[in-house]
Amino acid sequence: MTQLPESEQRVKFYQTGTFTVGNRLLDEAQRSVQASVERANSLDSGHRACQGCGEALGARYVVDAALRAADDQLIAANATGCLEVFTTPYPESAWRLPWIHSLFGNAPAVGAGIAAALRARGREDVRVIAQGGDGGTTDIGMGCLSGVFERDDDVLYVCYNNQAYMNTGVQRSSQTPPAARTATTTIAGSAPGNGLNSGKSVPLIAMAHGIPYVATASVDDLHDLESKVVKAMGFRGARYLEVFVPCPLGWGSRPADTIKVARLATQSGMFPLIEAEYGELTAVTPIRDRRPVEDYLKLQRRFAHVFAPENVHQLEALREIAERNIRRFNLLPDEEASS
Amino acid sequence: MLQQIEGSAAVAQAVATCRPEVIAAYPITPQTHIVEGLGDMVKRGLVGNCEFLNVESEFGAMSVCIGSSATGARTYTATSSQGMLFMMEAVYNASGMGLPIVMTVGNRAIGPPINIWNDWSDSMAARDAAWIQLFVEDNQQAADVHVQAFRLAEAVSLPVMVCMDGFILTHAYTRVDVPEQGQVDRFLPAFEPRQLLDPAAPITMGAMVGPEAFAEVRFLAHYKQLEALDLIPRHAAEFETIFGRDSGGLLKSFDAADKDTVVVSMGSVIGTLKSVLADMRQDGSSIGLLSIRSYRPFPKQQLSDALAKAKRVIVFEKCLAVGMGGILAADVRMALANLSIPIYSVIGGLGGRPITQENLRRMLDKGVQDQLEEPHFHDLNVEVVHRELERLRDIQRPGSSAESILRDIAGADAAARGSR
Repeated sequence: MTQLPESEQRVKFYQTGTFTVGNRLLDEAQRSVQASVERANSLDSGHRACQGCGEALGARYVVDAALRAADDQLIAANATGCLEVFTTPYPESAWRLPWIHSLFGNAPAVGAGIAAALRARGREDVRVIAQGGDGGTTDIGMGCLSGVFERDDDVLYVCYNNQAYMNTGVQRSSQTPPAARTATTTIAGSAPGNGLNSGKSVPLIAMAHGIPYVATASVDDLHDLESKVVKAMGFRGARYLEVFVPCPLGWGSRPADTIKVARLATQSGMFPLIEAEYGELTAVTPIRDRRPVEDYLKLQRRFAHVFAPENVHQLEALREIAERNIRRFNLLPDEEASS
Repeated sequence: MLQQIEGSAAVAQAVATCRPEVIAAYPITPQTHIVEGLGDMVKRGLVGNCEFLNVESEFGAMSVCIGSSATGARTYTATSSQGMLFMMEAVYNASGMGLPIVMTVGNRAIGPPINIWNDWSDSMAARDAAWIQLFVEDNQQAADVHVQAFRLAEAVSLPVMVCMDGFILTHAYTRVDVPEQGQVDRFLPAFEPRQLLDPAAPITMGAMVGPEAFAEVRFLAHYKQLEALDLIPRHAAEFETIFGRDSGGLLKSFDAADKDTVVVSMGSVIGTLKSVLADMRQDGSSIGLLSIRSYRPFPKQQLSDALAKAKRVIVFEKCLAVGMGGILAADVRMALANLSIPIYSVIGGLGGRPITQENLRRMLDKGVQDQLEEPHFHDLNVEVVHRELERLRDIQRPGSSAESILRDIAGADAAARGSR
C-alpha cells in the first residue's frame, strides 16, 4: 500500500492552521485544473445551489477535471436530485458539456447506453461520466450501478454523498450515518435519529465487482479529488468515485463550515479516503492530525442529540465507526508502528 | 426470402436488417427468443457495428436504450408482461424525451396470478405512455412492421412498440418472407437524430419543465402521434411498392364494408375471426371484420368512416379494465360516438385461454341477435365463479381465489375421471 506514487512531488499542501491549498508551491504540471485559466467551468456560475453546497463544489471539480482528461470529449448522464435540479432551471442550464437527465435510478444505465452508442459509432474518443447523489446511486440506482460494474461498461460513475435525500427534504438514505437526524429518522422516542446498525459501503461493494478503479474523495482536499478523477479517466471500463459533500441544509451546519466539516470527517476517521484497483486496495490517505469524532459531530445539528447523557451509546457507536475505519484501512500507520 | 421459421426468429432477422447499433437484452418469456436470435447474429458479426448488452433488468434495458438513442444510435429492445411494468418509468421517459427506440412486446398477461400466456394487458398498461403501438396479425406482418417501425419512429422522433401475441405468434413456425437487406436499405434511410449528445455541440437534455410549459409539451407529444396517423399509411404504401406486400397501415377491412355487423379486433385473433366470419357469411349473415393495426395513434376518423354503414359493432379484445370493461371497446365507442348503433364489448382470451372457431361462433351468433350482455366475458366458466362466490360468502378466512379455483377445477376433473 503506497501513499503517493514516487513520481509525485512531495509537498505539504496546506498552510499550517488554515485550510488553504498551497497550489503555488507545486510544479505547474501538478497545479489543479481549477488553478488554470483554461479550466472549462463545465458547471457554470448562476446555478441554484444553496450557500455552502458541497455537491456543487465537488461536481465542478470532478467534471472540469474529467473534461480536461478527456480533451473536452465528454458526455454526462445525471440522476434526478439536487445536482440535476439546481443546474437546469431551463431555459437556463449551468452545464457546458453534453448532459442528459433521464430518471432518478437509471443514470448508470443511461451512461452505459451512451458508451455503447459511442462504441458502435466508432467514437471511443468521447468519454462518459454518470453522476448522482447517494440516494440516486446507492439506493434506487443500485441495480443499474451494479450492472454497469459487472459488465465493466466504460463509464466513470461519481456519487456525491451527502448522506440523505436532500432534494426531497432530508430523508434517510442508506448512507445516512447512525443516530443522524433526518426528516424520516426524527429525534423522537428512545432511539432518536437513524438506527445504529444500518448502512452500507458502496466503495467496498464496487471493489467486490473487481472493477478497474474505485476511490473515495472529499471536497476538503480538492487537489486529491482532481487527481483521483484524472487517474480514473486513465482507465477504461467501469470506475467508481464517491465524493464526500457536506450539505449545510440537511446537516444543520454553517454554510461557511462546509470544508471544515468535510476536513473533520476525514481527520476523525468518519470518512476514509481510499483507492482500489481491480478489487484490491492500493492506497489510503493517512490521517495527518487526528481529531476527535465529537469535533466533527458538534458542527452539525443532525447530531446534537448524541451529546445528551441518555444518548451516550449513540456517541459511542459513532466513535466506534471511526475506530473501525482507522483499523480497517490503517489510517494511522505511525500510531500503529509506535504501538 | 421465404422461410419456414419461428415468429421470434423472423423478427430477429428483420430487426437485424434494420442495422441496429445498440440492442439491450433482458430475458422474459415469451419475447426471449427474439433477443437470443439477435445476440447470436451480433456475435457472428452479421449485424455490422452493433453493441449487444446483457443488462440487469428491464428498467436497465430501457435506460440503456435512452442513453444510446440520445447518442444517435439506432436502438432496439424487447419485453413482455412484468418486464414492461418493471421498465415503465423508463418507458414514459423514452417517449417524453422523444427518443425513437423500437421495442417488441411479446404480449403476455400480467399477474398475479402469475401467468406466462398471451393477452394484451402489458401493452395496455403502457397505452398512455405516448409510445406508438402497432399490433400485428401474423408473423409476416411482425417481420415487416418492425422495418416500418424504425422508419416511423425516426420520422416523428417517438418510440414505437410492435405488439405481437405471445406464443401464438412469437413461438409459431409459419412461412415468412423475411425482409431482405437490399429492400430494407431502400425503404429505411440512415438514422438522423433530431437531438444528439455531442461534445461538438453541447446540449442539455431532460431539464425540468414547470406548469408554464408542461401542457404545451404534452400537446406536442399528442400532435406527433397525429402526424404518425398520416405517415403510417404512406409508409405502408411505400413498403408495398418495394416489398410487394400489404403490411402495416392504420386498419384493415376484411369484408367490413356494407355489412350489418362488424367485428373489431386486433392481433392474431383476426386470423381465427376471418374463418369464423366466412362461415357465417356462407350461412347468410351480413357480417364483416375490421382489424385495428395502429392502436396508438388510434385511427378514430378512419374507423368511423369504415363503419359508417354498420348496424352493430362487436369489439373483441384480450384485455380488461377491471371495474369498467373493455379497453379497446371504450376507444371504439369514442370513435363512433356520432353513430347511434349498439357497440358490444367482448373480453376473451385472457391469460392464454384458447379462442376457438367454435366458441367464437357461439358468441357471435348471440351477438348478431343483440343478445350479448355488457360487457360479455367470452368463454367464462360461470359455474366455477358461482361456487367461488359462495365460498367467499360462507367461509370466514377463504384465502386466495386463484388457488381455490384451481383446486375446484382439479376436483371437478378428478370427479369426471372417476365417473367414467
